[in-house]
Amino acid sequence: MTQMNMVKAINDALRVAMRQDSRVVVLGEDVGKVGGVFRVTEGLINEFGAERVFDTPLSEGGIIGTAVGMALYGLVPVPEIQFADFIFPAFDQIVSEVAKFRYRSGGEYTSKMVIRTPVGGGIRGGHYHSQSPEAYFIHTPGLKIVCPSNPYDAKGLFLASLRDPDPVLFFEPKRIYRAARSDVPEGEDYTVPLSVAKVVRPGNHVTVIAWGAMLYEAIEASNKAAEQGIDCEVIDLRTLWPVDIDTIVNSVKKTGRVVVVHEAPKSCGFGAELVSLINEKAFDYLEAPPTRVTGWDTPFPYTLENDYLPLAGRILPAIARVAKY
Amino acid sequence: MSGPEFVLGDVVKVLEPDSTVHPDNDPGLSPERCVALYEHMVMTRVLDERLVTLQRQGRIGFHIGSMGEEATVIGTAAALDETDWLFPCYREFGALLLRGMPLQSYMDNMYGNGNDPVKGRQMPDHYSAKPYRFGSVSSPIGTQITQAVGFAWAAKLRGEKLAAIVYFGEGATSSNEFHCGANFAGVYKTPTVLICRNNGWAISVPAEKQSASETFAQKAFAYGLVPMRVDGNDLLAVYKATRDALALARAGKPVLLECLTHRLSGHSTSDDPTRYRGQEEMAAERAQDPLPRMRAYLEKKGLWSEQKQQAFIAKVDAEVKLAVEAAEKAPAPVLDTMFDDVFEQRPWHLREQYEESLHAPRAQGHGGH
Ligand SMILES: Cc1ncc(C[n+]2csc(CCOP(=O)(O)OP(=O)(O)O)c2C)c(N)n1
Ligand SMILES: [Mg+2]
Repeated sequence: MTQMNMVKAINDALRVAMRQDSRVVVLGEDVGKVGGVFRVTEGLINEFGAERVFDTPLSEGGIIGTAVGMALYGLVPVPEIQFADFIFPAFDQIVSEVAKFRYRSGGEYTSKMVIRTPVGGGIRGGHYHSQSPEAYFIHTPGLKIVCPSNPYDAKGLFLASLRDPDPVLFFEPKRIYRAARSDVPEGEDYTVPLSVAKVVRPGNHVTVIAWGAMLYEAIEASNKAAEQGIDCEVIDLRTLWPVDIDTIVNSVKKTGRVVVVHEAPKSCGFGAELVSLINEKAFDYLEAPPTRVTGWDTPFPYTLENDYLPLAGRILPAIARVAKY
Repeated sequence: MSGPEFVLGDVVKVLEPDSTVHPDNDPGLSPERCVALYEHMVMTRVLDERLVTLQRQGRIGFHIGSMGEEATVIGTAAALDETDWLFPCYREFGALLLRGMPLQSYMDNMYGNGNDPVKGRQMPDHYSAKPYRFGSVSSPIGTQITQAVGFAWAAKLRGEKLAAIVYFGEGATSSNEFHCGANFAGVYKTPTVLICRNNGWAISVPAEKQSASETFAQKAFAYGLVPMRVDGNDLLAVYKATRDALALARAGKPVLLECLTHRLSGHSTSDDPTRYRGQEEMAAERAQDPLPRMRAYLEKKGLWSEQKQQAFIAKVDAEVKLAVEAAEKAPAPVLDTMFDDVFEQRPWHLREQYEESLHAPRAQGHGGH
């Protein structure tokens, strides 16, 4: 096996998919010659040619709208949105079209695609290169939402997303694009199943739920909590929607205490849904109010971004509070 | 004006290769004004170079410059009346400074420090400058185009005699906002000049892949706007074309002005253009640099010299150095500022979150510092 970062792992996943299935095409801004601004599509145009890898005009609505048409025809498009912050010009196509095609056509049509987009903060990107817009899309019936936390999962989840019959938004946490490395079988085909979370740190006192880049903050805080005698169970959701509710509920039944961590603002963030689900499904087991540690309800700031993000320093006191409650 | 042939053929030019002025198009600027505008281009260039260095040294986080596009940015801004408004894209810091923003404020924005007019909230080069009738930079491509049209429309509704210009790249002509902005400007005959900086590239995507139109200006026909094309490396031509465009716009004929120029750098400090561009091609573009072109004209008229050039650059260098020193000494924005301006008044939930943030451990290291 080869040690790779997430950029390389997703690149390898794209190669595996494109070698196997000539219907798979890649389109987006700067995805061709330059290989994407984060280099995730590097070299694809050389291997698969300009008939399968397209540097498109600067229009996210155009990218997703034409991808819908390609999907209706029978191709499997993998559009890239250069930053999740720039997905909004395509919001109409995603929310009104991609998400609803199967339903509104009585199952006649589907707009199967995997929309890839880098997400999250921590790269000094300010308002428009840092946001985590998952909640808008989770709120939209008909979309599956994935967010990997390490290279191995990224590749396996991508291939699973591509083979899943439904459209998937694949959020790539750019803060850990190159920071996290793991063993990835290069050139090989494997999948990591959708809607299956992973317990990355077993424990008995507090359940800590996270995904993407913040998983590492949750783990760091949990390790520090262990020094205070608090034994955390950390869950990496991997697929945000449809979420693996069983893994969450089983953990909360054991611990009775839960902290949810995410970068997006608190109000109506995905944490709100998770806490509601836990209340609905595990209320009798709760020993403390489920707690959220999130980005503040402000636009994503530039200079103070590390005070905005729910880093380990903010997660630890929340864990301690919940444990003592 | 009729038919695309006209647009294709007609590019406004003033400065001839021998540094003489095309008599039909001479905008008649005074010698002092010519020197001042040239100096402003040089100042913008020097600043650009220093900012790239500061970014490479890790002292600022990012810079997106206008190297090669100075004549386009400064020529257009110089043609405005005091009461006119500018809606920027993100390469127009030369226009910002020309409008009167102090160098120090711009530098504070580059550092995102506590003195930054936008309170360290946005990335470098994302300034706002209402006192100078200058909009607010947003990263999402094209959003300013419709806004400028709406601003000019509102002024027209109120009978105020102002015009608004809006900058965007040729890449942005693919955005929804370009279509909507051009369409609304045409329908409501707003006093707007849509300025397309055609520098040939949208990051790594060449203009030929952006649009199958032979020119960007000809898109004007579809919306009932007036198309104009200008040599964007010719300061005097850009000035002249913008004056003409503004006169048309004020008379109810909004203009799409395509400025033909080159991006003599990467897209931004995050970009490596050697990955997608040939050395020869870049060298050929450097030969069309607007600065030496204007300088040759001034020298021919006896208005400029190598000595003046050296002295001016030394003066700018000194000013930039002071501004950098002050920006680096300034404190980071206080935590409080993160929660301000979300709403005019802080509602209960933000008051609560601010309280909570005060008890959180402060993060180490701040962006831009
Ligand atoms: C909606 C949106 N999509 C993508 C981007 C990323 N992006 C920033 S600049 C740019 C290219 C812009 O090219 P152009 O309009 O020609 O302007 P130039 O940079 O050449 O001045 C892209 C794709 C963005 N900022 N906003
Ligand atoms: Mg451009």
